Amino acid sequence: MKIGLLHSLIRKDEKFLIDEFNAVKGLELVMIDDREISFNLGKDKFDYDVVVERSINHSRALHGLKLFDTAGIKTVNTFGVATICGDKLLTSCALAENNVPQPEVRVAFTEESALKTIEEMGYPVVLKPAVGSWGRLLSKINDRDAAEAILEHKAVLGSYHHSIFYIQKYVEKTRIENGERLPGRDIRSFVVGDKCIAAIYRTSPHWITNTARGGKATNCVVTDELNDISVSAAKAVGGGIVAIDVFETEQGLMVNEVNYTMEYKNSIATTGVNIPQKMVEYVLQVAEGRV
Amino acid sequence: MNADLSATAECPVCGAQIQLAADAVQGELIECSDCGTELEIISVNPPQVKEAPQEEEDWGE
Repeated sequence: MKIGLLHSLIRKDEKFLIDEFNAVKGLELVMIDDREISFNLGKDKFDYDVVVERSINHSRALHGLKLFDTAGIKTVNTFGVATICGDKLLTSCALAENNVPQPEVRVAFTEESALKTIEEMGYPVVLKPAVGSWGRLLSKINDRDAAEAILEHKAVLGSYHHSIFYIQKYVEKTRIENGERLPGRDIRSFVVGDKCIAAIYRTSPHWITNTARGGKATNCVVTDELNDISVSAAKAVGGGIVAIDVFETEQGLMVNEVNYTMEYKNSIATTGVNIPQKMVEYVLQVAEGRV
Repeated sequence: MNADLSATAECPVCGAQIQLAADAVQGELIECSDCGTELEIISVNPPQVKEAPQEEEDWGE
């Protein structure tokens, strides 16, 4: 069996994955550096059973997946999953179409309509670039003054992408237990195929809880409720190997985002689950046509 | 190809000699133990490193 690994920089995440692939007998792992490969449309003759995408750049990941797909090669994840997960607006649409609970989301296309929408929703709200990662350029807007300023800055300084105003109702993540206000947290769950294999809490005094932004990871028990919403979210975007960001709210769990090149290096020891090993098992199933 | 454990790479920032791990791979991110600079392994044999690329706008999950 021949597996291609599309990558750029090899982070700890990829290193763990490579180790697991190398532990499989009879498997040939071919490293495909996205900084070196070029594609010859209609003429490429790849012989991979499957290509696993681990590029650090979203744009290269997305287009690389499409090019392998066009060449008739199976990929994990699929181009369709990357397309949806790479765009928060498309993700929210997929979640809505499949009745997966998510915070209130509204979208507007001009400064004026966005301001009117925010006023209708009530403060605070979070303005997010539809395409973005690691918590970059997220804006928590607490009042009208901030809304006017952020919207104007986005319209004037941003590319046209930043004038697709994706507005999410802010979900309070701080908790009060025994009269004490605790730092905010959300949940990152890991779905492989049709199962949520592990989850962590991401706790931070900052409202952005990404571990890339300093959020602290602790183990989170995968309850039936968490498994159900995580798998539903994964299926809504097309399945595969994805990580789901989940909010705990008074109305139950809600999906915030779905990530298609999931990062898990801090979650293996935390959860006690060999996440890359589960990923490899799934990739082998795809290669053998069992999923 | 495994790293040549008798050879070292030189940190381009502080000049420290860096021993690659036996299972090091090309493209891997490592940290200089002397100056803490994030480095990319550009060759395992012979060992060579360069400063890791700066974060780009579309990096990350």
